[in-house]
Amino acid sequence: MKRVQDFTVIETQWLNSTSYLLVLGSQSNIEEIRPGNFAEIKVPDAADVFLRRPISVYDVDHQNNTISFYIKAIGKGTIKLGALDNGSKVDIVYPLGNSFNSIESGNALIIGGGSGIAPFTLLAEELKEKNSKVTYLFGARTSEDIVLQDEFAKHGNVLVTTEDGSLGEKGLVTQHSVFNNITDFDIIYTCGPDPMMKAVSKIAESNDIVCEASLENMMACGFGACLCCVTPTVRGNECVCTEGPVFNSKDLKW
Amino acid sequence: MVNLNVDIAGLKLKNPVTTASGTFGFGEEFEDFIDLNKLGGIFVKGLTLHNREGNDYPRMAETPSGMLNAVGLQNKGIDYFLNTIYPRIKKWDTEIFPNINGSVVEDYVAVAEKLVGVEGINGLELNISCPNVKEGGMAFGVSCPSAIAVTKAVRDVYDKPIIVKLSPNVTDITEIAKGVEGAGADSVSLVNTLLGMAIDAATKKPVLSTITGGLSGPAIKPVALRMVWQVYNAVKIPIVGMGGIMNGTDAIEFMLAGSTAIQVGTANFIDPQISIKIIDEIEAYCINNGITDVNELIGGLIT
Ligand SMILES: Cc1cc2nc3c(=O)[nH]c(=O)nc-3n(C[C@H](O)[C@H](O)[C@H](O)COP(=O)(O)OP(=O)(O)OC[C@H]3O[C@@H](n4cnc5c(N)ncnc54)[C@H](O)[C@@H]3O)c2cc1C
Ligand SMILES: Cc1cc2nc3c(=O)[nH]c(=O)nc-3n(C[C@H](O)[C@H](O)[C@H](O)COP(=O)(O)O)c2cc1C
Ligand code: FES
Repeated sequence: MKRVQDFTVIETQWLNSTSYLLVLGSQSNIEEIRPGNFAEIKVPDAADVFLRRPISVYDVDHQNNTISFYIKAIGKGTIKLGALDNGSKVDIVYPLGNSFNSIESGNALIIGGGSGIAPFTLLAEELKEKNSKVTYLFGARTSEDIVLQDEFAKHGNVLVTTEDGSLGEKGLVTQHSVFNNITDFDIIYTCGPDPMMKAVSKIAESNDIVCEASLENMMACGFGACLCCVTPTVRGNECVCTEGPVFNSKDLKW
Repeated sequence: MVNLNVDIAGLKLKNPVTTASGTFGFGEEFEDFIDLNKLGGIFVKGLTLHNREGNDYPRMAETPSGMLNAVGLQNKGIDYFLNTIYPRIKKWDTEIFPNINGSVVEDYVAVAEKLVGVEGINGLELNISCPNVKEGGMAFGVSCPSAIAVTKAVRDVYDKPIIVKLSPNVTDITEIAKGVEGAGADSVSLVNTLLGMAIDAATKKPVLSTITGGLSGPAIKPVALRMVWQVYNAVKIPIVGMGGIMNGTDAIEFMLAGSTAIQVGTANFIDPQISIKIIDEIEAYCINNGITDVNELIGGLIT
C-alpha cells in the first residue's frame, strides 16, 4: 500500500563528486518494494524546492528498516538532499509506479546510463533468484562516473563504455561489442537519458528482443493525481507515474 | 463540539473542506492515504463530452512557491466517467462534483444533460476558466456575455446546484460573478489558475509545450484571497474559495474573506493527507477561539 512515512537520514555516502547513496531509516516497517518502484522525497527545509522529487529505490533492508537511494546531484533539490546531516528528518511517499517484469531462467541484459542505474540492483537480485543470467552494460562520459561496480558485480557481469575510453570500451553504450551477439539475450532492461533508451529499444526491436524502458519524466505528484507526467503510447497519453515508469518499448511512441 | 456543516445552495457538506478539480484525480488515487468519507466533497478531474488526450509533455514547471501546469483537460469523456469511474467511487459518503468543460456552449449543455438524474450527484462545477485549451475554456470566463450565456444554457437543462468556476485572469472578477449570479448560478468557485509562463534560459526555450500555462500554489494565495473578498462583497450566492491553500490557517483565511467552503488543490501533490489535516486544523481553531459553528467564520473579516 502507498503511504507517507517519516524517516531519518542514517548516512550519506558520496561515491564521486556528483553522486551519492542516501540511506534512510524508520521506526516502522518498510513497505514491500518491487524492482523499478520509486519514492517521492520531500526535501526538508527548502523553500525553493516546492514539489517532492521522484527517485527510484536503490535498495531496501527489511531487517533494519532502511531504504536507500542512488542520487545524482543535478539541481537544487538533489544537492540539498545530499547535504543533509545524519539524523535529519525526511518524509517520503512510496512505493510508487509499476515494476520490471523479471524473467525466469533467461539471459538478461541491463543497460543503464546517468542516474538510470538506480533501479537495477533490486532487479538483478530478483533475476538471479529466478535463475536468470544477468549482464550489465553501463555507459558514462568518463571512468569517474562509473560507480558501485562491486555492488552490481554481486549479481552479474559488468560491462562498461566511456566516451573518453578511460574505462571499458570507448564510445556510446550502443557501440559496445556486446551488441555483436545481441540475439543471445532474451530481454533488455534499460534506464537513463531518453536518447540512449530510444537507441537501445530500436536495436532490441529490430532483433525481436523484448525491451523494458524505465522513464524519468518530470512529475508533480507521483501517484496519478495531476496528469503532468504523461508519455505518448499506443494507447494514448499515459502517466509515467502510474502506468510506468517501466514500459515495454513497443508501446512507446517517443 | 463544533458544527462543521456548511450549506452550498441547499446542499449540505459535512465540513467546508473539498478537493480541487485536476488535483485529486477521481479520489481513488488518494484511497491509500486518507479516509475519503471524511471530506466535505470531491471535485473530480475536468470532464468533456468526448475523450481528450490533453497537451503534449512537458506539462509542468515548478516555479517559486508554486507550479505551472498545461494538462489541457485530459480525460476519457463524460460517458466513460459515468459508466466506468463513477460506479467505483459513488460508495464514498461525500459529495462528488463533476467539473464540466466544453469548447462551445452546446458541449457544456450535452455534458450537463448526461448528469441529470444521476443518483448521488447533487451538483456540478461549471468550469469557464481553464487556461490550457485552445478553444472555449477560459474564453467563456473572461467575457461577461459568454459567461452569462453558458451559465444560462446549462441552467436550462440542469436543476441541481451549479457552481460556476471563475477565472482570475480578468480585470474585474465581480462583474463576471454578478453576471453568472444573474444567469442562475447557485454558487461561484474561485480562483482557477493564473495564466503564467516559464522560460529555460539555458536553452532559450519555454518550459511548457504550450508556452503558457496555469499558475497554482501559495504563489497565488494573496491574489485569490483578494478576489474572494471582492466577490463576497458583490454577490449573495455562496463562494467556494481556493488558491494556494496549504494548511488550516490558509483555509480559515479564505473563510474569513467570504468562502463558505474551500478547495485544496496543489497541496495534495506535496502531502496527499493534507485535506484531512486541514479539517482537523479548522476544528482545532474553532475550539481554541470559542467558535461553536464554523459558519461564524464566513465573511468574518474584521475591517
Ligand atoms: C520515476 C523516476 C525515477 C527517478 N529516479 C532517480 C534516481 O534513482 N536517481 C536520481 O538521481 N534521479 C532520479 N530521477 C530524476 C530526478 O527526479 C531528478 O533528477 C530530480 O527531480 C531533479 O531535481 P533537482 O531539484 O535536483 O533539479 P532541478 O533544480 O529541479 O532541475 C535541474 C535541472 O534538471 C532538470 N530536471 C529536473 N527533473 C528532471 C527529470 N525528472 N528528468 C530529467 N531532468 C530533470 C531540470 O529541467 C533542470 O534543467 C528519477 C525521476 C523519475 C521520474
Ligand atoms: C495539474 C492541475 C490540473 C488542474 N485541472 C483542472 C481542471 O481540470 N478543472 C478545473 O476547474 N481546474 C483545474 N485546475 C485548477 C485547480 O482546481 C485550482 O483552481 C487551482 O490549482 C488553484 O488552487 P491551488 O493553488 O490550491 O492549486 C488544475 C490545477 C492543477 C495544478
Ligand atoms: S506525476 Fe502526477 S500524475 Fe504522474
